[in-house]
Amino acid sequence: MIIPISYYLILSGILFTIGVVGVLTRRNAIVIFMSIELMLNAVNLTLIAFSKQFNSLDGHVFVFFVMVVAAAEVAVGLALIVAIFRTKESIFVDDFNLLKW
Amino acid sequence: MTPDLNLITISPAIALTLTGFLIILATLIVPKMSRAFALPLAITGLTVAAWLTLRLWNVNSIAFGGLVVADNFALTFSFIFLIGAGLSLLASLNEHEAGYLLYPEFFAVTMFATLGMLLMAASTHLLIIFLGLETLSISLYVLVAIKRREPASLEAAFKYFLLGAFASAFLLYGIALLYGVSGSFDLKEIATVVHDPLKQGNPLVILGGIFLMIGLGFKVAMFPFHMWAPDVYQGAPTPVAAFMSTCSKAAGFAAMLRVLFSVSNGAASGWVTVLWVVAVLSMFIGNLSAIAQKNVKRMLAFSSIAHAGYILIGVVAWSAMGSASVIFYLLSYTFMNVGAFSVISYLSTDEKEFVDLKDFRGLAYRKPMIAFVMAVFMFSLAGLPPTAGFVGKFYLFAAAVKAGHIPLVVIGVINSMIALYYYLGVVVAMFMREPETAETGPRNLPVALASLLIAVAATFALGLFPSYWIASFELLFTSIL
Repeated sequence: MIIPISYYLILSGILFTIGVVGVLTRRNAIVIFMSIELMLNAVNLTLIAFSKQFNSLDGHVFVFFVMVVAAAEVAVGLALIVAIFRTKESIFVDDFNLLKW
Repeated sequence: MTPDLNLITISPAIALTLTGFLIILATLIVPKMSRAFALPLAITGLTVAAWLTLRLWNVNSIAFGGLVVADNFALTFSFIFLIGAGLSLLASLNEHEAGYLLYPEFFAVTMFATLGMLLMAASTHLLIIFLGLETLSISLYVLVAIKRREPASLEAAFKYFLLGAFASAFLLYGIALLYGVSGSFDLKEIATVVHDPLKQGNPLVILGGIFLMIGLGFKVAMFPFHMWAPDVYQGAPTPVAAFMSTCSKAAGFAAMLRVLFSVSNGAASGWVTVLWVVAVLSMFIGNLSAIAQKNVKRMLAFSSIAHAGYILIGVVAWSAMGSASVIFYLLSYTFMNVGAFSVISYLSTDEKEFVDLKDFRGLAYRKPMIAFVMAVFMFSLAGLPPTAGFVGKFYLFAAAVKAGHIPLVVIGVINSMIALYYYLGVVVAMFMREPETAETGPRNLPVALASLLIAVAATFALGLFPSYWIASFELLFTSIL
């Protein structure tokens, strides 16, 4: 059975929205960070679905680049969270109030 | 088929990468010497990259089967990035013996950030634009946090990181949607689909375009994606703030111009209206918020939002002249803004940043030359003749008038007058107020003045002899438009 592409697109749209809502409503830095990863993976799903639709490899290749970039972002982001935790003993964004938000 | 790698096209990028690695390696081999050679090495790398860029001029070489395009448009932007990076690095000399910025990593990561900018400007393929943007962004997250024991620096970096990653997720989704419509990441092929009358009003095209512009708009700090700028510029080390506010803005505009001009269908597209509104709101929000600021770095951050608005006027004009004035303004802005940040950096000590408007009181009595230089940058940012800022604004407004956007120009002029208030506030504090303390401030190496002198000279040079530059920038767009 072939699953129509619209299913994939709707699923990735939902995932992306969940990610956006997570970023906007959560206050824990790590959860916000996970929500951003969810958004990136929603994009990956879209790319793969389209790639399959067009029978072209471009989308697949792009996904690898997205993964690499996401990994680099995780490395820097987690390092930042650790460094902040050392000075503040907290990773809740409400506690980041040195600069006017 | 053998792929046409044509590595000469990306030779400036290769030079920067090698310099970055060289600095890191050299630090490993002779750790004690690293402070002495990191800066000369970095400046040499930037100079070599600039020389290689010059050699590519008019060649229009293409690499990786069209992924990277070194046309004159990209090369002009490359020069802006290299100049901005070089000046910011020279300004970092002010950050003193014990300063964090003398960590060699700072110089290496600046090289990588500049590399990302070069790639962003030099591509018509969304994959490379995305990779360039991320190389730039991730390097900047590190640079902002380079004072890694200072809570303000970390907080700024973290805010920038979260919002930056959020914005790039939107950019990516936009790219994915455009791919879904066209089956390609190449801007030319996307353009053929967008221009197809059958696909007019396709929601994927509209949504994809909006998401793409969110990602790029974040980088140039335009309304409504400006919220990060004040916090990040205030918390970041001053030379890094200088680098971000100028080069990263220029990189964002390079990609934006490329995307807009190759994909959307001319001056009739809805984007002109959207950008018109965004330009007006950026100017008003930036300028009105800047008035209330007592911290000069924060004031410059709000003014950078307003400057994004001014530059958008040139984009809205949608002509060769408009785009030429965008480039001219970005070049002028690089000099005057890096200059203003360099003054702050020059006057700051390890214990205390020289950022309060109160600190500037009576500076003219203590350090007349520095006060004069700061006044030049303030006048230029405000757009008073005979500086680069005046000519830049003049060309932006002239291009918009030619395109028939008279109300936009009127709003721009009103905003310039609002901006005059807070820029002159700094000048008044320096020249007409009594100093609060008798302290003379830090003693700096004379070489630390280099960035100031270059920036002042260039601000005057661009202000007095602009016509050559404008004419040559206009030629860049005859091929694109």
